[in-house]
Amino acid sequence: MTVHDVAQAPAATGAAGPARWERACLLSDLFPERGAAALFGDTQVALFRLPEERGYGSHGGRVYAVQNLDPFSGAHVLSRGIVGTRAGEPTVASPVYKQVFSLVTGRCLVLADKSPKDGYEPDLAVHEVEVRDGAVLVRLS
Amino acid sequence: MVNSGTPQHLVVVGGGMVAQRLVEALRARDDAGRYRVTVFAEEPRAPYDRVGLTRWFSEGVDGIALGDPDLWADPLVTLHTDRGIESIDRAARTVTDRLGHVHAYDELVLATGSSAAMPPIPGNDLPGVFVYRTLDDVAALRGWVEEKRRGFPAGKPVRGAVIGGGLLGLEAAGALTALGAQATVIEFGTHLMGVQVDLGGGQALRRLINAQGIGVRTETATSQMRPHRRTGHVGRLDFADGGRLDVDVVVVATGVRPRDELARAAGLPVGERGGAVVDLTCRTEDPHVWAVGEVACIEGRCIGLVAPGNTMAEVVVDRLLGGEAEFPGADTATKLKLSGVDVASFGDAHARTEDAVEVVWADPVAGVYKKLVLSDDARTLLGGVFVGDAAPYASLRPMLGAELPGDDPSAFLLPEGGGGAPGLELPDEANVCSCNGVSAGTIRGAVTEHACTDVPGVKACTRAGTTCGACLPLVKKLVDTELERAGIEVSTALCEHFAMSRAQLFDAVRVADLHSFSEIVDRFGTEAVVDDGGTAKGRGCDICKPVVASILASLGNGHILAGEQSTLQDTNDHMLANLQKDGTYSVVPRMPGGEVTPEGLIVVGEVARDFGLYTKITGGQRIDMFGARVEQLPDIWRRLVDAGFESGHAYGKSLRTVKSCVGSTWCRYGVQDSVGMAVELELRYRGLRSPHKLKMGVSGCARECAEARGKDVGVIATDKGWNVYVGGNGGQTPRHAQLFAEDLTSEELLRTIDRFLMYYVRTADRLQRTAPWIEEVDGGLEGVRQVIMEDSLGICADLDAAMARHVENYEDEWKAVLEDPEKLRRFSSFVNAPKDADPSLAYVTERGQRRPATPAERAAGVVVAGPKLEVRA
Repeated sequence: MTVHDVAQAPAATGAAGPARWERACLLSDLFPERGAAALFGDTQVALFRLPEERGYGSHGGRVYAVQNLDPFSGAHVLSRGIVGTRAGEPTVASPVYKQVFSLVTGRCLVLADKSPKDGYEPDLAVHEVEVRDGAVLVRLS
Repeated sequence: MVNSGTPQHLVVVGGGMVAQRLVEALRARDDAGRYRVTVFAEEPRAPYDRVGLTRWFSEGVDGIALGDPDLWADPLVTLHTDRGIESIDRAARTVTDRLGHVHAYDELVLATGSSAAMPPIPGNDLPGVFVYRTLDDVAALRGWVEEKRRGFPAGKPVRGAVIGGGLLGLEAAGALTALGAQATVIEFGTHLMGVQVDLGGGQALRRLINAQGIGVRTETATSQMRPHRRTGHVGRLDFADGGRLDVDVVVVATGVRPRDELARAAGLPVGERGGAVVDLTCRTEDPHVWAVGEVACIEGRCIGLVAPGNTMAEVVVDRLLGGEAEFPGADTATKLKLSGVDVASFGDAHARTEDAVEVVWADPVAGVYKKLVLSDDARTLLGGVFVGDAAPYASLRPMLGAELPGDDPSAFLLPEGGGGAPGLELPDEANVCSCNGVSAGTIRGAVTEHACTDVPGVKACTRAGTTCGACLPLVKKLVDTELERAGIEVSTALCEHFAMSRAQLFDAVRVADLHSFSEIVDRFGTEAVVDDGGTAKGRGCDICKPVVASILASLGNGHILAGEQSTLQDTNDHMLANLQKDGTYSVVPRMPGGEVTPEGLIVVGEVARDFGLYTKITGGQRIDMFGARVEQLPDIWRRLVDAGFESGHAYGKSLRTVKSCVGSTWCRYGVQDSVGMAVELELRYRGLRSPHKLKMGVSGCARECAEARGKDVGVIATDKGWNVYVGGNGGQTPRHAQLFAEDLTSEELLRTIDRFLMYYVRTADRLQRTAPWIEEVDGGLEGVRQVIMEDSLGICADLDAAMARHVENYEDEWKAVLEDPEKLRRFSSFVNAPKDADPSLAYVTERGQRRPATPAERAAGVVVAGPKLEVRA
């Protein structure tokens, strides 16, 4: 298991400013190559644990987090999308209308002839993730 | 053009194929609704495919259905069947129908067609003498043959004769053979199909027709038909040469006569040999009266073929809408397929052009005769005759009048693979689809200008190949060439991860005996550059992963959520429920055949009530419960499974339901137990993963209350067993299923469906339903029939074994989940709060049930229930 080293990893909690780190779950709670949702107050985050496969390049073995809200349907469902790659980039596809997003940058790579719902951007917010002592920590802003 | 008030009234007299084409063309082009059209048909039915009458024996009325039946539902179109027109008053611009009703017209089109000509042979009015023109003629012929056979001792054949060895006569002989009667064709001329085919071709044709068990007598004039001594029915033909032939039935097919009596009575000029005289715009002497099809005498003659009639219909529509179209001359090309015998001819088949050169290739043993007629320099194609092998016809006919490429025209006549013909580059104006008058240029334009990327798209866009389909191979070639030219790769690749089509991947996985996505992508996947600069096989996507999941499921790899397979599933398969717009799911327990006990209904009702689910009856005769959250699914299913329900696979690309009517157990009309059969089918094929969803239906009698013909596989009871139909669907492109096999026993029915489904599962493309799949199988429906009924590929044993494995290994997916804590762990709402409801859900009540709140309702705060609606678990 490769641990996703966050170079400037701050303390898990109690960091100054609005950003804070929250414990989501144990790494072993996550099924490889399948998402899981985590709830922090009213904020929903979709977590994805990538297996150590060559197809994921340097992203293999890491955990990524993006918003769980699907901007194209308005439903909180991205954790339930299919994980894969597009041209070597780890991705998740929305289970509702099949838009494809980069797990690394949150960018919407495939619009599938749709535009986001009113008030939403097509790209996803990404959250930094750190795996420490078998626990998955997510940075919320 | 702007619609200026009330539409003009166009009256069409006659309800044949050309009338249908005229109405189709008008409705396709008259966007502004300038005309409303009324069609008066003499026959008691909508227009049908008269050219394909013989198909009526094998496929019933659907076999001869013509075009889109919705045409007649158009508000601007009225069809009166069984309502011939008796007279025309040109001064008053009215017509009077057979009931005496008077109808005013602004424009009148005569499309009355022809009647079968009856030559003045003594005895031509004896019982048992038929003509071959309408469905009623054919039905009467069948009735007669069957009646005769019933009266005969077992084994004694019904003997038939056809007078006339032309196109129609051979069709009629084929019809007699199809009815199980013997047939002898009596031709006055030197050879069969004398109009279209030269003597050499006619002789080859005779050998082929003989090989079908049909007798042929040429240069024979019938002098008399004599009655049978006892019955008074036709019993014998006497010939001018002194010969005789004992017969039980006679079909006269010596020609047709234009139905021009209305035109005559209305004082319109008629041709020397009949027919309403029209100019090249298809207008008669009266500027408001037109004539099209066989009744029109154009360029001095009437033409008894449908393609020129269709062209006339298009010309009239163009003119009515202000266009300048003129009849371009008749394309008399003909292609006939009579119980396996190919005959085709076009252009100057008899080489009547001065100094024309004929190039002939003949193989008397195989019964093949092919001839090209060329200009004196042997370059320009003037015509051709093909008997026994019409393969070159499709590509050569459009070259009529053009120079053939290459130095040796005989290369075009050599058998396939015998050196090969030079590539033909059709000129844009070459007519590819003669039925619908579609040129090569129009087909190319469909690709280059209308962005069609496949044959079905081009068919829909241009109508090419939608009538007889003979030109489809050529259409495909043109489309592929044009796509290639446009740089559009004709790729069957699934996605960036697999260069194979679904069918290819299916075979590859099966043969290589692979059992996981990782193995499959390692072996057959495409390399991609990854971020460390190296290359690796990708990790799939939302396109290829569900395909691989489906393939693995079809090949029997255990539960769909087992191990790595779970990562391939679309959320519906992953949650074993159907995702809805707000992120909750719907739940559908199986109710085989639509049958459910009162106790079962009560449990479903209680579950829905206790979990606050919205309930609705589906089109597939079962109950859908909406609004179930991920974390509720196991609790819901535990109660359903305890009550004896199992997964309905509403979430899968798999068998959904087998809809049924109540059948012979209750219904006064049912002839078989349709519910029992539907239950048996549903239990047999439940859980079968397929390229797309599969629906089936079983009706207990011909009334078809289960709407089985709208299903991928439809079964309709007959008094002898079951008829099976395939390739139907509803949805965006509704299709009626086509008759596949008749009067099967229950056992034969299961075997047929087993093979059909398994062949489809193995060879169809991703998300391809059965109807388009059948179209793409080599040979279409007939090709599928050969594979399944005649085992033409030798794979039936394999298909049977695969289905047997499926039936044996079936398990209820939900029951298996409930028994496995590891699988149950997937049904958590949040990894850090597994039982918490999604806080964003909001509902309002409508008609006594809850539904997702709209954005406006959320904003206005009218939401009456959040996600934490009280649940009585």
